[in-house]
Amino acid sequence: MGVDAFANWLRDAANTLHENAAYLTELDSAIGDADHGSNMDRGFTAVVALLDETTFETPDELMKKAGMTLVSKVGGASGPLYGTFFLRLGTALAGVEITPATVGEALKAGVGGILARGKAELNDKTMYDAWAPALDAYDEAVAGGSDLGGALVAAAEAAAKGRDATIPLVARKGRASYLGERSAGHQDPGATSTTLLLESAARTLG
Amino acid sequence: MKKLINDPADVVSEALRGLEAAHPDHVRVDHENRIVYRKDAPRPGKVGLISGGGSGHEPMHGGFVGLGMLDAACAGEVFTSPVPDQMMAATKEVDAGAGVLHIVKNYTGDVMNFEMAAELAAAEAGTEVLSVVTDDDVAVQDSLYTAGRRGVGVTVLLEKIVGAAAEEGRPLQEVAELARKVNGNGRSMGMALTSCTVPAAGKPTFELAEKEMEVGIGIHGEPGRQRLPLAPAKDIAALLVDPVLGDLPYQQGDSVIAFVNGMGGTPLIELYLMYNEVRQLLDAAGITVARSLVGNYITSLEMAGCSVTLLKVDDELVRLWDAPVNAPGLRWGA
Repeated sequence: MGVDAFANWLRDAANTLHENAAYLTELDSAIGDADHGSNMDRGFTAVVALLDETTFETPDELMKKAGMTLVSKVGGASGPLYGTFFLRLGTALAGVEITPATVGEALKAGVGGILARGKAELNDKTMYDAWAPALDAYDEAVAGGSDLGGALVAAAEAAAKGRDATIPLVARKGRASYLGERSAGHQDPGATSTTLLLESAARTLG
Repeated sequence: MKKLINDPADVVSEALRGLEAAHPDHVRVDHENRIVYRKDAPRPGKVGLISGGGSGHEPMHGGFVGLGMLDAACAGEVFTSPVPDQMMAATKEVDAGAGVLHIVKNYTGDVMNFEMAAELAAAEAGTEVLSVVTDDDVAVQDSLYTAGRRGVGVTVLLEKIVGAAAEEGRPLQEVAELARKVNGNGRSMGMALTSCTVPAAGKPTFELAEKEMEVGIGIHGEPGRQRLPLAPAKDIAALLVDPVLGDLPYQQGDSVIAFVNGMGGTPLIELYLMYNEVRQLLDAAGITVARSLVGNYITSLEMAGCSVTLLKVDDELVRLWDAPVNAPGLRWGA
């Protein structure tokens, strides 16, 4: 698998984030500041412009540049978080053959970047609540002999469950944490966009 | 949505063009990076002061760029932190060799983006950068299980006072220490009568019924901690002043700067009426008001409501407060 598959992932993610922009912003209105959808849409639109302008030779080069673009264009907390994710993912993919195992390591490195930047823990009602079960499910699928597509489908399904499980949680990070108990009963927008990204990966990187 | 706008996507960039056109003697604007610069920045030998944040809080921060206040302000999208590229560009531009202080309000996105910018500026250009994070909002009670207290009204007072100190040519370390002292001595609490509408969202961020108010509101339309029945101004003043007084705590005999801030949609007649109530509560508590500020300075688009900030001051802070300032949004003595 080469750079084209990763470019397709980013284009597909841009489409799905654009289609879901109003939905993400609505979720963010309930417990945040009503900008997650428009921010993600703006960031990934810039990533697509990057793909149209530049030819990339390798997945790592593409992922790093996409990360820098998101850092530069998204703002808010999701810019540094998703930007750092793609930067670290790209760094981990440099010089390695793309296999289910190496992609798993790269995803882990990316999520490690999110944790370093955001300092979130499980059940803080953040995007990490979707990433953590997704990484586990991915590893389990690979250990069971699954190919990349199968492992990503398992990861996306687990992320969706993690996303749904954020609904009853009380937020302890980000703007939603200011609501205290009133943040319970709402789905986390970051966990939702993470699930969209992984579903897109499952569609395109299989 | 009823707003004086063209395209929601162009609100920030068009407002920056207007700011520059209206105040050519104070500021110049880097439109590509959305940075408002003091017209004569960088000032040789002076510590560069940079702040920034989401737009929608005008006049903060772009209106506070000028003599005796900020050297640069980075404007994000409405209610969205600016990105590291902006703060990096501003940091390099205003650094005149004395270093740069970043004034950051405590919101997850702002803190992360300023952190990335400071790391990159130090690595790329070797600029000495210190940061101070404001977190004065007593509405956020439990800092252990939240992102910590929000930076609100104290930010305005801090930018004025620290701006005066930087103007005197004080070194970076001293300026940063003064900034931390101001943040440590100030507390705020806000409330809203109505929601606000983010232009890109097109509808109100939350709904408040005719007879309801939101107490403990932030400055982004993010709901507060308590929704209560609407009450007379006298009672609302107590709901804001009491938790502020109890928090530091402020004591009988303390001197303060008392700041009644409008959220953007409340007329001055109501803000002065509120100041009258606040003043009576402070008199009753034996707190001396050394200086006051009343008006719309840190707003939340068209939200109606207000916040109360008290900053405990000594002679030095009062002297710096009184020093000349000449920015689009604040001017005296110059």
